[in-house]
Amino acid sequence: MKRIINIHPSDGVKLMLGILPFILALLAYMIASDMRLAENAGDKLLPSFSSIGEAIQRFAFEPSKRTGEILLWVDTASSLSRLAMGVGVSAVIGFFVGVACGVVPYVRANLSPFVRVLSMVPPIALLPILFIVFGLGEVSKVVLIVLGIAPFIARDVQQRVEELPHEQMIKAQTLGASTWQIIIRVVIPQVMPRLLNAVRLSLGPAWLFLIAAEAIASTDGLGYRIFLVRRYLDMETILPYVVWITLLAYLMDLGLKKTIRVAFPWFEGKRDDA
Amino acid sequence: MSIQIKNVWKEYGQRVILEKVSLKVEQGEFCTLVGASGCGKTTFLRMLLAEEQPTRGQILIDGEAMPAEPGPDRGVVFQRYSVFPHLTVLQNVMLGMEIEQSPFWGRLSGSAKKQAEAEARSMLESVGLTHVCNHYPDALSGGMQQRLAIAQALIKKPRILLLDEPFGALDPGIRADMHDLILDLWKQTGITIFMVTHDIKEAFHLGSRLLVFDKVRHDPQEPAAYGASITYDIPLETKGSRRMYPEVRKVVTVSEHKADRNSAMLLLQKEAA
Repeated sequence: MKRIINIHPSDGVKLMLGILPFILALLAYMIASDMRLAENAGDKLLPSFSSIGEAIQRFAFEPSKRTGEILLWVDTASSLSRLAMGVGVSAVIGFFVGVACGVVPYVRANLSPFVRVLSMVPPIALLPILFIVFGLGEVSKVVLIVLGIAPFIARDVQQRVEELPHEQMIKAQTLGASTWQIIIRVVIPQVMPRLLNAVRLSLGPAWLFLIAAEAIASTDGLGYRIFLVRRYLDMETILPYVVWITLLAYLMDLGLKKTIRVAFPWFEGKRDDA
Repeated sequence: MSIQIKNVWKEYGQRVILEKVSLKVEQGEFCTLVGASGCGKTTFLRMLLAEEQPTRGQILIDGEAMPAEPGPDRGVVFQRYSVFPHLTVLQNVMLGMEIEQSPFWGRLSGSAKKQAEAEARSMLESVGLTHVCNHYPDALSGGMQQRLAIAQALIKKPRILLLDEPFGALDPGIRADMHDLILDLWKQTGITIFMVTHDIKEAFHLGSRLLVFDKVRHDPQEPAAYGASITYDIPLETKGSRRMYPEVRKVVTVSEHKADRNSAMLLLQKEAA
């Protein structure tokens, strides 16, 4: 008998094992929902799949009676544009600050402690300030995401730069490279895939901040909708919205992972390619 | 071109690494540096690279003070991490030329690029790597990566080549190939080489001059109080002809006892003088 740590599933078994928890979760939901509905047909807590399906039909495919727009798409578009803006701005800031801190000792001495403290500020606690300063519009939501994840990305990028072997920096100097040339030919190309990895890791927090901001002050967006219909115990809408958000987050993660693989073939198998 | 090291010391706080190191090395010498671990031979190499500065004394190249940071006149090959993982073999060798010719972008295009490519290819041919031009370094074996590192350093035509245990991680067979390669390149280019090695046979085989680093004074209560110096400086080649010192070599390379090795070295030095 082999040790358990040495027994590996075949590809087919692996796939089945991976799907199993999803099926079990769905089954558990179905059974619980049936039980509750059998007791009280008007139960709102665990709606049946058919009534969820009807709700999806209503908000994802039919124009809203009040506005004439299809709610899910409007919500998705506004949430994604806020998210993209927030994450994009954070990536740019994090990239520049991280590379500068990682390469130039003077910049590191100057900025690194500040970024470290900034990353400890709980962003949600700043939300009231953002609403006061930037109003209830788009800016405050984007700024919340930026405050939440840009310091993390900057710190991560700085750390990745510092992790590049010192030998490489010496070697580049013996090839006659200036600081600028070292940055654009040695540091940046090697940091790009690591930046994308940092962005991947920060997508979770980014969604969190987005939904929090939308829940508190917004007129559209996925987070807004969920918190709006909560008042009517509208689980038929909330559950598919949550699944949809999860799916979007998963696809973004997957997209970034594939991008890294295709755009940076040399990065394959490097330690931090999680 | 000659390198003159004048009474150089290196200390980290209370710890003395090197003391009273003085040396004169002429153009085209191949100095192999041996000594126990932690005796400062790598520190010595780092000072020649200007990665570190001596705390006392001076290093002069052609009578002038050495620049305070690494530069293109001194090439280097480390035991590991000498090549850039995000560049292909060809791009790794071209990098030095691209950096020189394109200050802002560090990249070439058109005919300048073609020319650099051709030059890089001929350099790769001399180290036997043409067949893997478009591979990334991670796909190469350890020996091939070191060949690449050597090619990358030599393309800048440095006057001095510094090797920090370059073959330490290689298999014995591959190592012998690398020895032939480095000796060929040394004879062709007339470059001055400093090489740190743990392998005293390798040091005898490659070098034209053997430098032994050791502590002259020793304080058992405070081992860091005294630094190492060059205790033996043995010419292995004069006017192109090798001196083999067969008997002494045997003692030096075989004997386990430091005292035996030291007396053999002493003999060598006397004989050489």
